[in-house]
Amino acid sequence: MTYNADERGYYGEFGGAFIPEMLYPNTEELRQNYIRIMEEPSFKKEFDQLLKDYVGRPTPLYFAKRLSKKYNTKIYLKREDLCHTGAHKVNNTIGQILMAKKLGKNRIIAETGAGQHGVATATVCALMGIECVVYMGEIDIARQAPNVARMKMLGAEVRPALSGSRTLKDATNEAIRDWINNPVDTHYIIGSVVGPHPYPDMVARFQSIISEEIKWQLKEKEGRENPDYVVACVGGGSNAAGAYYHFLDNPDVGIVAVEAAGKGIDSGESAATSVLGKVGIIHGSKTLLMQTQDGQITEPYSISAGLDYPGVGPMHAHLFRSGRGEFISITDDEAMKAGLLISKLEGIIPAIESSHAFAILEHKAFNPEDIVVINLSGRGDKDLDTFIDYFKL
Amino acid sequence: MNRINQKLKEQKKLLSIYFTAGYPKLEDTVKIIEDLEKNGVDLVEIGLPFSDPLADGPTIQESSTIALENGMHTELLFKQLKDIRKSVSIPLIIMGYFNPVFQYGVEAFCKRSQEIGIDGLILPDLPLDVYQNEYEHIFKKYGLINVFLITPQTSDERIEQIDSASDGFIYMVSSASTTGAKEGFGEEQQEYFKRIASLKLANPQIVGFGISNTKTFNQATQSSKGAIIGSAFIKHLAKNGVDSISSFIKSIR
Repeated sequence: MTYNADERGYYGEFGGAFIPEMLYPNTEELRQNYIRIMEEPSFKKEFDQLLKDYVGRPTPLYFAKRLSKKYNTKIYLKREDLCHTGAHKVNNTIGQILMAKKLGKNRIIAETGAGQHGVATATVCALMGIECVVYMGEIDIARQAPNVARMKMLGAEVRPALSGSRTLKDATNEAIRDWINNPVDTHYIIGSVVGPHPYPDMVARFQSIISEEIKWQLKEKEGRENPDYVVACVGGGSNAAGAYYHFLDNPDVGIVAVEAAGKGIDSGESAATSVLGKVGIIHGSKTLLMQTQDGQITEPYSISAGLDYPGVGPMHAHLFRSGRGEFISITDDEAMKAGLLISKLEGIIPAIESSHAFAILEHKAFNPEDIVVINLSGRGDKDLDTFIDYFKL
Repeated sequence: MNRINQKLKEQKKLLSIYFTAGYPKLEDTVKIIEDLEKNGVDLVEIGLPFSDPLADGPTIQESSTIALENGMHTELLFKQLKDIRKSVSIPLIIMGYFNPVFQYGVEAFCKRSQEIGIDGLILPDLPLDVYQNEYEHIFKKYGLINVFLITPQTSDERIEQIDSASDGFIYMVSSASTTGAKEGFGEEQQEYFKRIASLKLANPQIVGFGISNTKTFNQATQSSKGAIIGSAFIKHLAKNGVDSISSFIKSIR
């Protein structure tokens, strides 16, 4: 059994490309070319070079001594927070901008929620001198002013999504509509392992550098490539997909996915898709999503804007449904406390998204000899206001 | 014979109207359909509103949002349409996105549609291959015609695949765009209309997206069987209310 996508983009029963015909030529062009392009030596060379010199890879695999002592197990942090722009998102945008160039596209569109993917996209567009339009919900624009300013400084146009609930899912709808209206010259850089095939697989492949590095770094430090557990937070799920990728088909490696419970699973304000979602179609993919009984997509909630998505990538829906992955939900309060704890114990302020992953240490007991790799997907600078408000700092 | 196929045999250019069920008021659905028939409309597309209509422009998005706020949902739409065949005889198509149909259950949805007297479905995000592999037999069992879309970017090869999978008409999207009124059709569209006509497809084509008045209707139907108006009709309802349907239809032909 494999937990990767098949040729049609299915992970078990999840995935595929449920798109209107208007999007068929665009996604088909990508589907027919993405693997071939990614395997071209010239593509690989440029991708690797940029990851090294521009993003700052490899990111360290750091043994968190004090944290390990507290929880009586061996905890390593994969330091994606040290990537240029502050999170793993840039691994994907570097890959996709090179893909867009190979496909001869001269205009980039993207969606963003909190603005991290928007910033990562605006960054690579500046790097390549390509026009960039980022769709962002009107409400998110108001909540995330610093990231809006960053995108503007980087030369991107930020267009407010005014439809629906005016947040991430609507920004995604607007980006898709833009692509329908500009099918020839535009490439759509999706920010997570969501959307129609081939996006979930393509984004997972670009992010797979995370687990590729974990393997050789762990070999150097511990003499073995495989940890006992890999832990990552899941909104759409791109950092998790990258952290799990090379361990998916190895049953000796436990996969732990951490979702945002918001104010609690039963509070009506949550983003724990594996618990609250049902199978359906969102943004062109068959997956688990939060919806009404009638099939209308509902608005999730989490204190962390990056986990605030009503669906989950089809890879993760399959990991959940098949039992391969262990899914744990963490509330706002638990995540915030974990974020503060990591700051004080390790001198690292994590993003609130990543803080969710750390909070499972209070829920799940590991053996002293276990090696647990936690993907520290982003840094907390962007969340300072939220931390200040929450802890009255 | 399905009412759609019968209608397609008539020697005239067909006018099809799309509206969003539950808009402007929750209970307007039946009245709108009856008035459209009275005013000589050939075919009606009843929009089942969806929270995330990603192929639609602002007008239909907004009508969908309002319809959902008004309380429209799948079961209610079926209830409203329960006796529609007592008063209406033109072909009726339900148009919507796949997720609400999927949640209702594709077979249950098709069964209810047949019981009511619905003739076909248009589900833009149900792709051809998934339809053929998983759902075609269900549509056939309940006598429903599935209508596929093509666009100016659709290759001739794929158009032929779609033509052979169709048994009614092909919904020909006029330009690379979401729904909504355009100024008119330029040379590019005219070329596209001619190209499709020259393919001599088995299924007639009805043009949609960007049709709002007599001029665009006539342009669109020069080499096709008919045209669909959606956004312009919804705008008219928003401005003039449901008692003004005849003035809108008269302004088209």
